Amino acid sequence: MTMAALPPDWPGGFWLHWGVFVVVIFVFVMATIMGFIWFERRAMAIMQARLGPNRAGPFGVLQPVADGIKVMLKEDIVPAKGDKVVHWLAPVVAFVPALMIFAVVPFQGGAILADLNIGILYIVAISSVTTVGVFMAGWASNNKYSLLGAMRQVASVVSYEIPVVLSIVGVVLLAGSLSMQQIVMAQDIPFILLQPLGFLLFFIGALAEINRAPFDLMEADSEIVAGFHTEYSGMKFALFYLVEYGEALAISAIVTTLFLGGWRGPLLLPWLWFLIKVILVFFVIVWIRTTVPRIRIDQLMALAWKFLFPLALINLIITAVEILVWPAGSLWVLVPINIAVMIVLVLLWSRFFKLGWGKVEV
Amino acid sequence: MIGLDIAFWILAVVGVIAALAVVLLGDVFRAALSLVLCFLTVAGIYITLSADFLAAVQILIYVGAISVLIILAIMLTRDVQRGSPSNRLRLPAFLVAILFFGGVAYALLNTTWQVSSTPPLEPTTPAIARLLFSEGGFILPVEIAPILLLAAIIGAIVLVREK
Amino acid sequence: MLADYGYIGLLLVVAIFFAVTTLLLPFFLSFPSRLVIYFRRFTQYLETHYPFLVRFIPPLPKFPRFMQVVPYNPNPVKSSTFECGMETIGTAWVRFNFRYYFYALVFIALDVLVVFLYPWAVELRGLGLFGLIAALVFIFIIVIGYIYAWRKKVLEWK
Repeated sequence: MTMAALPPDWPGGFWLHWGVFVVVIFVFVMATIMGFIWFERRAMAIMQARLGPNRAGPFGVLQPVADGIKVMLKEDIVPAKGDKVVHWLAPVVAFVPALMIFAVVPFQGGAILADLNIGILYIVAISSVTTVGVFMAGWASNNKYSLLGAMRQVASVVSYEIPVVLSIVGVVLLAGSLSMQQIVMAQDIPFILLQPLGFLLFFIGALAEINRAPFDLMEADSEIVAGFHTEYSGMKFALFYLVEYGEALAISAIVTTLFLGGWRGPLLLPWLWFLIKVILVFFVIVWIRTTVPRIRIDQLMALAWKFLFPLALINLIITAVEILVWPAGSLWVLVPINIAVMIVLVLLWSRFFKLGWGKVEV
Repeated sequence: MIGLDIAFWILAVVGVIAALAVVLLGDVFRAALSLVLCFLTVAGIYITLSADFLAAVQILIYVGAISVLIILAIMLTRDVQRGSPSNRLRLPAFLVAILFFGGVAYALLNTTWQVSSTPPLEPTTPAIARLLFSEGGFILPVEIAPILLLAAIIGAIVLVREK
Repeated sequence: MLADYGYIGLLLVVAIFFAVTTLLLPFFLSFPSRLVIYFRRFTQYLETHYPFLVRFIPPLPKFPRFMQVVPYNPNPVKSSTFECGMETIGTAWVRFNFRYYFYALVFIALDVLVVFLYPWAVELRGLGLFGLIAALVFIFIIVIGYIYAWRKKVLEWK
């Protein structure tokens, strides 16, 4: 092995780089999740013509802190006949991958913990480990509704994983590399203009994967109580809650890196651009939550298999043909073509496929 | 390097213990979880060998898809909480396993392994692509693979189809 | 490159440590309340098995109220499974619905397709037309299975 591939041993470049970036990642993730919790409740409230939290601190800014303290003081009720070790480990297995995603997210030009050659594939792989955590939670609760909720959630995550991964392949075709930093550097034109259909598919699929509205069928209180985390109380429930917002943050970060140009922007500091774009994407996510009604499980599955998947394949083929016909140089000619293709495909497809109208069987 | 050695030993020990736990644990669900841990340690060992694409694919397919399949099968099976029934073949199975292990260990230790003198290619993914998809590469196996997948999909459809 | 994975491995260790600490924090805070319950169980056990030892047990000091921050009072009703107020009948297994297994199987097949498409996408500019035709053949074979599934109406959730 060449010397460049070996890690420098012991203090010096290795540990300093790691220490600084681990602190940056933790502070960023925790602070932004707290901010997102407040932001979502406040924005949802204003969109629904009411005030949000406004008692804990100025404008309710300390509300997430109050929630955190409250949840720590709750009693930890463990179901009697379930598997206690698995019950305890499930939140850990669900939480750790959500945090590991941020190791490859570029905050700035050189500011990334590990610029892997397989950056985006690493993210896809790590986020598939949370399904095992969901299964653990559903099984260890010894409650047939938790089990059912866990199985349904996994079925829906698995169905939406394919269109999401296929739309990422479109971005990789344009960038020519799997590394996140290189994808950002290749975006002289933000990929949202070059891959409008890909952006739409990725966004819808990612929203469904993290079970946020309008796809939050699994957690809606009127449906199956709280799904796989019915039997959790106290800090373990707080970890699942953190996982939900952590994944929303991860999705926003990935969308900014893949489609909106990451940290690139004209005047401000790069990491400030990154933060602004992440908050913008999260705002759109909250906006969709307050606007669109919840969809049923059969509509959910039909959307994934009959609408998103074939469109993702067609997007992939069209992008591959395009980059072979116009190999390098100015890509501006692709923008109107792709936008036209997207509009035509979405309209045609929505006319032709039927949403599931079957009975919903348990 | 010392970091690499520590990582390899930790991964190898955890992997062997997890694999043993899969076979020896009584609770089927915990055995499935140890299998997941074993897959993860194998992915870690791929990384110590500089095969990063392969490690990511291992986690994506084995932990993300095949573990889901195994755990779904466990959850949908009745009476699985009683564990697997004991049988009288434990001792012969143990002897066969020891013999097999002895044979494999002997073969491993007595082979002269050729170590390549060139370092591994830095971004491994384009190299894999060139090997798989270019003319003169492994294009035939790549085209046979979707036929196998088609067979799997059709099998699944036959299982589920309404008569 | 291996240094990058060293970073990630160490981050994994720190993340697991962080999650475990977050779970252990209320556990330790609930220790005063837990000690009361454990002590009660211990004295009950002694009373039933070794009644003559009971006089040797010192009484548990009463913890001040501010130390009992996180409560711990398990009782059978709280630890039973939640079914919207009804009693549970039978153990927790679900009637076999092939649907879940089917989606997982199709997911595996399509996941392998995706795994082949990633290196193809990275190197397409270098592979040219031959690579494009190869991948199109690949996708076409999988699409045959997909159209068959659609026509047989197995993609709907019933």
